[in-house]
Amino acid sequence: MPILPKTQQFLNETGSVSRFAGHFFSIGVKPRYEIRELLTQCYIIGYRSLPLIGLTGFIMGLVLTMQLRPSLIIYGVESKLPVMIGIAIVREIGPVITALIFAGKIGSSIGAELGSMKVTEQIDAMEVSGTNPFKYLVATRVLAATLMLPVLTILGDAICLFGSYLGVNIHTVTNYKLFITQVFQSLSFGDLLPALIKTFFFGFAIGIIGCYKGYYSNKGTRGVGNSANSAVVLSSVMIFIIDLLAVQITDVLGLN
Amino acid sequence: MKNETNLSAKQIGKHITEPIIVIEHLCKKFGSNVVLNDFNLTVYKEENVVILGKSGSGKSVLIKCIIGLLKPDSGNLMVFGENVPQLSHDELDRIRSKMGFLFQGNALYDSMTVRENLEFPLRRHWIDFSQKEVDALVLEALDNVGLIHTIDMMPAELSGGMLKRVALARTMILKPDVILYDEPTTGLDPVTAREIDTLIITLQKKYHTSSIIISHDMNCVKNTADRVVLLLDGKCYTDGSYRDFETSADKNIKQFFE
Repeated sequence: MPILPKTQQFLNETGSVSRFAGHFFSIGVKPRYEIRELLTQCYIIGYRSLPLIGLTGFIMGLVLTMQLRPSLIIYGVESKLPVMIGIAIVREIGPVITALIFAGKIGSSIGAELGSMKVTEQIDAMEVSGTNPFKYLVATRVLAATLMLPVLTILGDAICLFGSYLGVNIHTVTNYKLFITQVFQSLSFGDLLPALIKTFFFGFAIGIIGCYKGYYSNKGTRGVGNSANSAVVLSSVMIFIIDLLAVQITDVLGLN
Repeated sequence: MKNETNLSAKQIGKHITEPIIVIEHLCKKFGSNVVLNDFNLTVYKEENVVILGKSGSGKSVLIKCIIGLLKPDSGNLMVFGENVPQLSHDELDRIRSKMGFLFQGNALYDSMTVRENLEFPLRRHWIDFSQKEVDALVLEALDNVGLIHTIDMMPAELSGGMLKRVALARTMILKPDVILYDEPTTGLDPVTAREIDTLIITLQKKYHTSSIIISHDMNCVKNTADRVVLLLDGKCYTDGSYRDFETSADKNIKQFFE
């Protein structure tokens, strides 16, 4: 049976992204190390994303609490609200929502930036200037995304829990210490570690896909736009696929 | 004029004989599209060679092969006596530090200031420069193109002519022995284009460089060429002086003057 063209295109694309990722491990991690550019990218990718991650995390915590509270009141377990919120945020909502916001902001930005540099021959100019553009542009951005997303997730989780605390306090007066104690009493090592580990994979996928789409961008403004767009779409899909695999693996390992 | 051969620099009146770039039987195709087909060319020290050809004739592909951005399918491409397609990445970097490339669209890094754009090649070519030397070279390069006042400006703040001058300054900053120009005057008004032509000649005389200039702007050809090569069907169709081309009865040449 002939393979449908769309399927073939998808498989080709998957193969190309995998080769690109392999290139990162074979070339990107060898000297010469672009430490200065890596730190610059950590600042741009990490620090500059914090306000957006913080704001969305805060709103998410607040809304989640306000939505959950009426249901818990019906079953008479309102006191378990910090426990539920804590587990939901730390295990799933925090990492996934942060990664999706990160993919929207950073994936598109990397795709558009590298796409634009490709179209305007800046990548060629870099190569002519004795610089390996893969190391300078790709390796630094992928590494920065991989390292910064876990940090942003931890901070995002904290802000999300603060939003949740304020949500609880809209209707009742709850001590912050009590709220936090209840949250952390419900969490175990098996909740924190897998959630944190998967954010490294989310970050790596967002970085690699953004760079791949930008690096192989088609010429013209439409090409750059498509690179940015498809970087976000593909990264978002990859986040859910990695999340699904992570859940299966933690389940097999008995960490759930 | 000769067909399918190269005039030596002596024949066109320059007392220079040392070949810097020797291209023999160069072939390059993309899929079924043959761009360069048995192309031959020799460029001598301190010679300005203009490659003339229609759009899509493979001129840009040729100079990208020379600087190692593209790999030819077959043939020899000797620069400073070394076969470029066979060089390792590090060897290619070493050769590139002696070559400059002026991109058609300037290719200035738009996230960097003019100063950072000019510093970039100085810091990347494994050559140790002190900060004092870097500052001096940046100022000298900008002085050469008359744009010292733009040193802390972003590329987006500059006009088309200024961008081209800054790109030229960046190309010249390592004082290369060979400069490859990809359509240096395309998209510029005639006055600015003439200024760029003058700059190319002035800087060539100052630093004794050899150049390959890709162009179909006949004013640029007239102002800059020691020798003109017509690239047609992937081959060196003919070469000669600008005067030879101007007076030629060949219809393939005449069309550039119409």
